[in-house]
Amino acid sequence: MAIIQIVPPVPGILYLSPTPGAALFKQPGDAVAAGETVALVEVMKSFLPVEAEAAGTFVRYLVDNEANVEPDQAVCEIEG
Amino acid sequence: MSTGISKLLIANRGEIAVRIIRAARELGIATVQVVSTADHDMLAARMADQVIEIGPAPATKSYLNVERVLAALAESGADAVHPGYGFLSENAAFARAVAAAGAVFVGPSPETIEQMGDKANARLSAIKAGVPVVPGSDGRIETIEVAFDVAATIGYPVMIKAAAGGGGRGIRIVRSQEELDQALQAARAEALAGFGDGGVYIEAYIENARHIEVQILGDGETFVHLHERECSIQRRRQKVWEEAPAAMLPADLRAELCASAVRLAASVGYSGAGTLEYLYDAHRNAFYFIEMNTRIQVEHPVTEMISGIDIVREMLLIAGGAKLGLRQEDIRINGHAIEIRINAEDPSRSFFPSPGRIEEIVVPEGSGLRFDTGIYAGYTVPAFYDSLLGKLVAWGQDRPAAIERLKQALDATFVGPKPTTLSLHRMLVRDPDVISGAVSTQWLEDWIARAPRFGQPTS
Repeated sequence: MAIIQIVPPVPGILYLSPTPGAALFKQPGDAVAAGETVALVEVMKSFLPVEAEAAGTFVRYLVDNEANVEPDQAVCEIEG
Repeated sequence: MSTGISKLLIANRGEIAVRIIRAARELGIATVQVVSTADHDMLAARMADQVIEIGPAPATKSYLNVERVLAALAESGADAVHPGYGFLSENAAFARAVAAAGAVFVGPSPETIEQMGDKANARLSAIKAGVPVVPGSDGRIETIEVAFDVAATIGYPVMIKAAAGGGGRGIRIVRSQEELDQALQAARAEALAGFGDGGVYIEAYIENARHIEVQILGDGETFVHLHERECSIQRRRQKVWEEAPAAMLPADLRAELCASAVRLAASVGYSGAGTLEYLYDAHRNAFYFIEMNTRIQVEHPVTEMISGIDIVREMLLIAGGAKLGLRQEDIRINGHAIEIRINAEDPSRSFFPSPGRIEEIVVPEGSGLRFDTGIYAGYTVPAFYDSLLGKLVAWGQDRPAAIERLKQALDATFVGPKPTTLSLHRMLVRDPDVISGAVSTQWLEDWIARAPRFGQPTS
C-alpha cells in the first residue's frame, strides 16, 4: 500500500469543505474513489475541484482550511 | 483645476487603481494606495505617492476588510476614498463609515447605494420613474385564467419562473397559449419538488436579448447621460467585449433609452457616475431596465473614447463638491469604440486561470488606441484576484473602422508567456456575427461550444 500525495491543478487558496462551515470533504479512514473531489482550490475567483487521481483510503490533510498553497505543494494523502 | 479633495485613498487594486491615480494626479490630488501583502509590486503601488499595507492576500482579509481600509484612511490623513469597482464599491455600510470618519466617499450617498443596489427596490424606483422593466405578473400566479390574461398582455414567448427559484433554475419557456395550461401545472409541480414552494410567476421571455447600458453623471441636481454601451458578448455573465455606442439600436429608441436613464437618476437625486443596465428585445423592439451599478464600470473607457469626457475626473470633481460642468446638448457621440478584456485565462483549456509572471508585454500605440492595465514585464500576476490583465480599446470613425483598427492592434499585441484571452479576441474580431453585430448575451457561450480550435495557447 503506497501513500499518494494529491497536488491541486493550480496554486491558490485551499478549501477543505464544499461551503463555509460545512463538513470536510474527507475524514481519515474514508474511502476515496478515483476522480472524487477532496478539496477546492480558489484561483482568480474561480473554484476548481482538487480530485483524487486514484482510489484508496483517505489518510489526512496536509494543510489548513483557507491555506495558501504553493505550486506543486501536496494538500492531502491517500493510501492506495 | 482645483477640487475640494487634497488627498485620495484608492480602495482597490489592478488596472482601475492605476486609472484613478492618473485622474487624481491630473487634478493635483495626492494619492494613497492600499495594498495586500501580495500587491506591493503592482503598478498602482509603484505610482502612488504613499502605500499602506492593509492585510494578507485574500481579499476578505484586505480589500474587503472595512476596518483595515478605515485604519489606512485614518493613518494616511486622506480626505476622500475612491472605491473603484467590485470590492467595497457598492457597500453602503462602508460609504457610511467613510463619511463618519470625516472623509468623502467618491460615489453616491449610502441611501442611494442601498436603494439602487437592491434589485427589487431598483425595479420599484424604475417603475415609479416611468422606466420600463421586464413585463411580468404582479407576484404569484394563482389560477390558469390569470395566467392566460397576463401572458396575453405581455405577448408570447413568456417564462414561468419558480418564486423560490434562482440562478436560472425553475424556469419554463412557453411559446403559445396552447402550451400554457400544461406548462403551468408542470412548473408548479417542479417548483414544489425542487424548492418546497409551488409558487410561480410569469415574465416576458426575451429571446436573443442584448445587453445595453447607459452611463449617467449627476451632482444631485443636474443629471446627464453619456449615451449607451452594448456589452452583449459575455461568458458566464462576465463581459468580454464592449462597445459604444450600441450600433444596432434604432435612433428613436436610443433617445428614449437614454432619456429614461436620466429620469431614473434624477428621481433618486443621483450624485456621481452610475450605469443603468437594460435588456434590449429586438423582437419586441423594446428595452427593459434590469439593474443599476452605483460605481465606475470596467468598460467606461469606450464611453470616454466617443464622448471625450474623463468619467473618473468628473467623479472626483463631483465628490469634491463641484457642480456638474457638462450640458446634455454638448455631449455628442463621436465615432465608435470597442474594448476587449485581456484576461489571464486559457481559452483552449476552458478558460482555466493562468496567473504567473509576465515576461513580455507588447501593446501597439497610435491614433485611436488606448490600453488600461496594471501589469508590466517582470510583474507576477497573483492568483488571489480577478483575471483582468488589461483592456485594449480601439476607436474608429464608425464601427467597421473601429473593428479594423482593433484587428490590427490585436495582431500586434503580445502578452506572455502565460496564455491569455488574446487568442479568443483575435478570432472574435474576424467572426462574421461579430462583424455584422448579430450577437446576444447567449451568443459567446454558443460560439465557444461549437468553436473549432483556439490558436496557440501561448499566443
